[in-house]
Order: sequence, then C-alpha cells, then structure tokens
Amino acid sequence: MTVADHTTVESPAPDVHAIEVVVDGRTEEGTVSSRTLLVHWLRDELDKRGPKIGCDTGNCGACTVRWNGRLAKSCMILAVQADGTEVDTAASLAAEDGTLNNLQQCFKKHHALQCGYCTSGMLMTATDLLESGEEITDRSVRRALKGNICRCTGYENIVRAIRAAAGQDVQKPHGHEEGEAQ
Amino acid sequence: MSTTTQTSTETGTRAWTGRAMPRKEDDRLLRAEGEFGDDTPIHRLGHVFFVRSPYAHARITGIDVSAATRVPGYLGCLLPEEAASLTEPFMEIQGPPEGAEPEVDRCLAGGGVVRFVGEPVVAVAADSREAARDAAAAVAVDYEPLRPVVDARDAVTPDAPVIHAQTKTNVAWEGLYDWGDVEFALEHADHVISVDELHFHRFSSTPLECMVVTAQYDPGTDFFHITGGCAMPQITTLMMASAMRHPAERIRIVSKDIGGSFGVKIGMYVPATAVALLARKLRRPLRWTETRTEHHYMGGHGNERWFRDVKLAVQDDGTVLGLTYEALDDVGAYTRYEPLGAAIWTQVANAAYQLKHLKVRYRSVYTNKGPVHPNRGYSRLQHMWVVERMMDIAAHKLGFDPVGFRLKNYVQPNQYPYTTVNGCVYDSGDLPLSLRKALDLIDYEDARRLQERARGTGKRIGIGIGSTLDSGTNNFAQARLINPHLPFAGNTEGGLVRLGADGTVYAVTGGVAFGQGHETTVAQVVADLLGLTYDDITVHRGGDSALSAQTGFSGSYASQFAVTGIGAIINATRKLSHEIQLVAGAVLGAAPEDIVLEGGLAKVRDDAERALPFDAIAGIVHFAPGSLPPEVADEVGLVGRAVYRAPFELPDLEEKFGNLTLTYATQIHACVLEIDEETGQTAILRYGMVDDCGTPINPMVIEGQVHGATAHGISAALFEHFGYDADGQLTAANFYDYHAATAYDMPSLRYDNVVSPSPFTPIGAKGMGEGGGAPLHAICAAIQDAVGDHGMILDSYNPPEHVLRALRGADAEKVKVD
Repeated sequence: MTVADHTTVESPAPDVHAIEVVVDGRTEEGTVSSRTLLVHWLRDELDKRGPKIGCDTGNCGACTVRWNGRLAKSCMILAVQADGTEVDTAASLAAEDGTLNNLQQCFKKHHALQCGYCTSGMLMTATDLLESGEEITDRSVRRALKGNICRCTGYENIVRAIRAAAGQDVQKPHGHEEGEAQ
Repeated sequence: MSTTTQTSTETGTRAWTGRAMPRKEDDRLLRAEGEFGDDTPIHRLGHVFFVRSPYAHARITGIDVSAATRVPGYLGCLLPEEAASLTEPFMEIQGPPEGAEPEVDRCLAGGGVVRFVGEPVVAVAADSREAARDAAAAVAVDYEPLRPVVDARDAVTPDAPVIHAQTKTNVAWEGLYDWGDVEFALEHADHVISVDELHFHRFSSTPLECMVVTAQYDPGTDFFHITGGCAMPQITTLMMASAMRHPAERIRIVSKDIGGSFGVKIGMYVPATAVALLARKLRRPLRWTETRTEHHYMGGHGNERWFRDVKLAVQDDGTVLGLTYEALDDVGAYTRYEPLGAAIWTQVANAAYQLKHLKVRYRSVYTNKGPVHPNRGYSRLQHMWVVERMMDIAAHKLGFDPVGFRLKNYVQPNQYPYTTVNGCVYDSGDLPLSLRKALDLIDYEDARRLQERARGTGKRIGIGIGSTLDSGTNNFAQARLINPHLPFAGNTEGGLVRLGADGTVYAVTGGVAFGQGHETTVAQVVADLLGLTYDDITVHRGGDSALSAQTGFSGSYASQFAVTGIGAIINATRKLSHEIQLVAGAVLGAAPEDIVLEGGLAKVRDDAERALPFDAIAGIVHFAPGSLPPEVADEVGLVGRAVYRAPFELPDLEEKFGNLTLTYATQIHACVLEIDEETGQTAILRYGMVDDCGTPINPMVIEGQVHGATAHGISAALFEHFGYDADGQLTAANFYDYHAATAYDMPSLRYDNVVSPSPFTPIGAKGMGEGGGAPLHAICAAIQDAVGDHGMILDSYNPPEHVLRALRGADAEKVKVD
C-alpha cells in the first residue's frame, strides 16, 4: 500500500462487515473492517483478556484460541473470517463460579506461570493436546508447546503441570513437602 | 531434594514464611482476568504509533506530515522540534567530556540526527490502532545518510564518525580499575594465560509483553496519569518530570500486571514522555502499544562487551593470582541507564574466586545500535563470564582438573564474610558444596564415561561448569565511581501495611512485580507478623506512585526484593502492630508491650479472657476515636508506612574501594551436552542448577526464578543474538530471526539448593532472580570440553556455525600460554 492509496482514494462504501461469532459460548455480534484481526476484535471490542499479543508474526502463541475446536493463533485470523464460527478463549476454561479446572489447578500447583502473559495461550495449547489423545510424555508435551513462547518459567513447570493434568506423577515444586501448595 | 539448613538468623517459628505457598497472583491470571498494559478499556482512547528511522545514522533533512493529516481518524502528531522545545534533555549519569556539550537524549530524535535503526522521529496519534499505523506510514521523512559505526572496536578509532557530535567522542565514559598489583602477579606467576580478545554478545530477555504506555492528562488538576509496566516508578517519574518541566507530584504512575521486564523496561520514560506530551496536546487519553519489532529495536538490549588483551596469572599448584583486561562496552546510541554498567560489574569483581589482583581499563562506547538497558544479570554476567571462561581455558591449557581447579580457587565457606579486591563483602555461601551438588545432578562420573564412549561416533560429549554470583541490593553510591558529583548513596525501599475500617489488612510494596510473586511473599511475611493467615492478607497488585509505598529507588531490579522489599514490609508491619498494641492496651487495660497478636486477635499475654479482634480495633480507631485516650487516638492511624535502609557506607572514590552490594546469592550450574561433528548442532543432555539465596521465603518461587534465569542463559548462549549488519540494520527484529528458546529447545532442568543465610539482612534472605548468567558460562565450558583445546570458545554466542568453526580449530591462535 502506498501513501496515495489511503490519502487520495476514498473508498466508495465503508469497509465494514457485520459478524456473528460464538465466543466462549455466547453469541457476540460485531462490526469490523476487513483488516481487523480476530485478536484485536476479541480484545478491544469484547474485553477478552485471554488472547494476548506478544509478537507480530505468529511465533509467540500468546493469542492462541480454539477456533471451531481447532487450535489457532488469533493474530493470524481476520475477524471477518470468524463470522459464523465458534471461538473459545482461556476465559472459557474455569467454571461459571470461577473454580479452576483441573489443568488450571495443575498450573497453579506446579508454579507453571510467573508473569502470566503467556499463560492463556499455554492453557489453550495444553487443553488441545490433552484432548487430542496423543500419548503424554515429556517430549510430546514439549513438542506440542513449540508454538508458545514463555520468557519466565523455562517451561519445566509448564511441562510438569500438563503431565500432572494428564494424571502422571511428576516432581513437585521445591519446598512442597513443607507447604501444602493447594 | 535435600536442603542444607544452617542456623537461621532469626529464631522462632513462622507459620507461613518459608513455605511453598501457592501464589496469590495465579487465580486471576489463570482465569484470564489479569490486567496487563493493553487490557485496560478506556473511553475515547486514542492510539500512538511512532515513525522510526530506517537508517542507523542519518541527518533529518525534512519531515512532511501533510499526508498523515488526511488519514481518517488522525488526531495529531509530535515532531522532534516541538519535543525539543517542550522538554529538557533526559538526565544522564555521566557528565559531559571536558570542554564538550552533553549527549542529547530526548523522546524523539534530538539534534536533527537519528542514531540507530528504529529511533522514534515522529509520534502520530489517531483514533484507532489501524489509523495510527496508517497515519504514521503517511509521514514522509527525508534523510541524508551518515556513515554508521556498528562495532565498538571501530568506534574508538581516530577516524570513526562521532555519533554525538557535541560530545566529540564515542567514548561515553572511561576509567581504570586497579586493585592489588597485577603487573607483579603477571611477572612472577608460574604461568600466564593470554587471550587477545573475547566477545560477550548482544541479547535481551525480550519480555513477552512489550512496552505499553497509556497517558491521560487532566487539565483541571494539571495531572498526568501514566499506566504501564513500570519497573522503577520513582526514577521514571523523576526522569519524566525533569524532562517535561512538570512537578513530579503531579505525575502518577500506575502498574498493574506486567508481562515481564527483566530490567529492560526501566527505559520506559523515553517513549512515555512522547505519549504524555501528545496526550496533553490533544487532550485525549492515548496509548502506545509497542510492537515486537519496535521492542527489538529499542526496548533495551543487554550490554555487548569486548574483552581485549586478557591475562590470567596462575601458579603451578593451580592457585589463580590475578586477572587483567581492557573492556569495550558497547552501549548503543544513547547512554540511558549507562554508563552505570561500568561500575555495576565491580560488585562481583572477584567473581566466585579468591583473586588478589585485578586491573581493568573500561570504556563505555557509543555505537549506532539500539541503546542498552539493564537486563537480567546486568553488567555482572559479562565480567563473570570472562572470568569463568579464563578459568576454564586455564584449566584446559595447564591440564588442571576443571572441578579441582575451581574448588581450589573458590572463596571458601570459612572465609565469609569475604572482602574482595575492591572492598565488596561477600556475605555467605558454600560454593564447594554447591558444586558437588551440581555435579550430582548431572551424575558427573557417569557423564565422563558417556564422554569416553562417544569418542569416534561423530558425536562429542562435553561437560561444563558455570560458577556465578547474583549480587543484590545495590549501594547506589557506586554511581559516584562514574560521576563523583552524583548525590546517590545507599539504598532504600518502602512498604505500607494498613488495617482497614473493617479490620482487613492491605499491604503495598514499593517493588513492582512482573512475575516474581510479590503478592505471595509479602502476604506470607505479613501474616506471620500479625498472627493472621495467608488468606487474610490482601496485597496490592503492581505499583501506584500515589499510595506512598515508594521511595526514590523503589522498583524491581538488581535482585533485591527479598531484602529491601520484604525488609520494608516487615518494618511497616511492625509499625502497624505497634499501633494495634497501643489501641488494644488502652481498651483492655494492659501495657502495649503485653499485647500479643495471634489468631486475628490482640490478646493480653497469658490472659485468654482479655482479647480484641482486629475488626473491633479498626472500628474503634476509625469510628470511635473519642473512646480512646487522646494520646493514643492522636498517634494511631492504622497505617504502617516504613522504609528499609540497606546498611552501606560511601566507597573510597579514589581507590574505588568499598561495599557495593549487600547480598551475594550463588548459582552453580553443570551441564552435559552433545555436539554433532558434522552439523555443529548442540543438544543439552543433562542440566543441573544449585541455588543458594539464603533463607527462603517461598522455595517454590525461588526454584521458578532459577528455572527462568536458566532458560534465558541457555537461550542466549545458543539461539539469541541481536546482530547488526555493516549498515547498522538489526538482523533479528522479530521472533523469527530472534529465536527465544521454546519448550522443545529446552532440556529438563534439575534443581537443588544450599541455604547459607545472609548475616546482613532482616530474615537471612538474599535477593535472587537474575541468576548471574551461569548457563552462558556452563555451556561455553561444555562446548570447549567437547571440542578439546585445538579450537577455542571465545564468544558467548555459540550457534552451530560457531561450534563448527571451533571444531575446525578456530581462534586457537588467540590463546597463549607463557
């Protein structure tokens, strides 16, 4: 796009599209421009704080959601593409009353989050892995998390938390024997 | 996991402190209910986008914003000339060179020159993210390119272009550190290991949340309200206030959840000033949400350092006598927090060793690259890397066992408190035990057998040790080593604990957490002091300069919270306890010192019948002060506000001698890695970390910090590099080109610890978290071990191509043994 494109050419019709998306189980209606990214619509219009933006290139996975049940990076999807689909963010994971689900509880117990910025994306990826039927091993969990960057935890505790959520016996956080971490 | 517990400095049982309590922060973050910089919804919010320089070094010859003004949604812009007229240059640590003007550093390119790729030139605001981006793209800036300087070694040559014309030199600071008599040591040592040049590469912790600044200006009260991830709020306020000629007390800085800082967000004041000026001009709340690429351009890089003419003096029996080198520290285009790094490294002058002689000529050098900011392990890890690298090279060249050589030269457990060559005092530790535990974690003997078996298979196994320190709680007087006219001395942190009208407790710390779990550890400590439970304590999230919990040095940096932050909270809680005792004593008819706080009650000692619950005490103070004796009612506000002062003296500036940090946590790492002879690919097979940060407050949080610092170090050693080409273009301006390690790249981490309480701190805890870069030391040593000594590992960054070069004998000629 050159400078002239948007300074001298007035588009004949406004570039807006009505969309209807089921987000976290609720039907949401919106009006978006062609270029609006799904992540921006979720965040700016619906105040969904699960999907985060950590890069511009689809590398970091902080914006990961489930789109019609499949794992997707919401910064790589235009909002108009989501019309008529279902999107689940990390806000859908806990119970209505806020009770953490098993995976979330394992993240807490195993100290699998520090700043929390990558956490929603990690939870979505882990949810997808756990439901996929793939054998859960240290290696398979690490491979599944390849598209999610965490800069705080070194991943060790995230891997342990996901394995624990799969019912595996993993090493507890240091000092756990003295504390009761849940 | 065994824990070696030495005698604690404070007796008595604690119900909460020291336990692996689950974190208070976690529920909201797991439910996607945290509030990070870009999360806060604000009515009529406008967005800012910066027009940035595509050149590393150029003169601005024209700026035309007319096309931008026609973009739908355009609100306005800020140009360099306008920014210059509205601001003073940012304060700097170094004075200008003799007879010269100071460096110009403003929120937009100063002096009509751009000095690095990505430097902001124009700030453009519009009513949506997209419109701001479009309007910025429509701004036309004309440049006359100038010759860039991208290598610090070139920057100090006589014909180098000068990056700040008014300073007349590319050397921002220069100084000589000379302790002991290194010339004598080198002359009389049995052996001298000489290395022409080593290089510590440029990388940063690249927090996943980039910088976000939201600025609101209220003309009615002339107040700026700034929200964003601010790691050092009072210094940031002061920097902005003096630049904008605005009273600091009319700038309020609020941080909520922060998606990582690791030090680099200390540079927030630069873009925040531009956003604030524009918000005032346009009378609109404005937000700047930094993109990943912008963050890589100017979010703050770690210090890149060249070590030249390095010499280590060693005796036949393996005793190391001393070290000397010349440092060229590449600080990028502006000094910002620099040249403080020129002093910070001296906190760990001895590294982990009993050096007696150390001489360093240090220069902080401008280049046309992104400015450096403090980054996890700031300035100490570079020095400790070169020391550890020299130790490792000496062991190889002189045939010493790498374990025995380190054990012999470590500061020994019976030497603490140990005074270093420059008067710093290492408080406590047990390095030999830590090393033995680290070797156990990687099953050292078995790893050596593995190494033998791998010979001739096309794979090579290397074993490496990384010994490092995590110095914490700065004596800011060290800034006077850089500029004797600076007023800094010592260090404080603030804290505030109050009993609300209904008897609930609220604590605020001056430290601003970005993942370290301050809400958790503060609650543990406060609960113990007030006789309450962990769940009874609410801790303020983030920081708020209006809440009076902060002091000038407040913030989260330099591995200090467990000492300064917790120390201040302890002092504040004691003040509150005292007030509760006064009230309860007056009501119950007992002396205040006979009131004990237990189970949510203020009780008369040894008299179970006479007790008041906290809500009754709060009710009396807040709503029935008339029922109290006037001398009690006049004194009690149920707000304990206190500082913790770290006990420091001024260093001797002439000798550059004195204690610069209060605590020294230690990290001893050991790793086993495999390299593929054909591809140079590295795989870490085993990785062990042994931490010693004194008395733990929450062992789970500590282990988490160790994991995180380890990942940063491993990733930096193998994957991360802010490289620049000859034109000064950044070659890693996104997460494709800048590879932050993923879970798939990382080995499993094995952790153990040693507990050597600090004799100098309130509860024996030491600051920790930065980690001291041990993985860089350990991985370089392991690669060296795998390569043997025909190729030398003289760079901290070792991607496969570097490993291949080393296998082919690279850099062997740069190392000499006399």
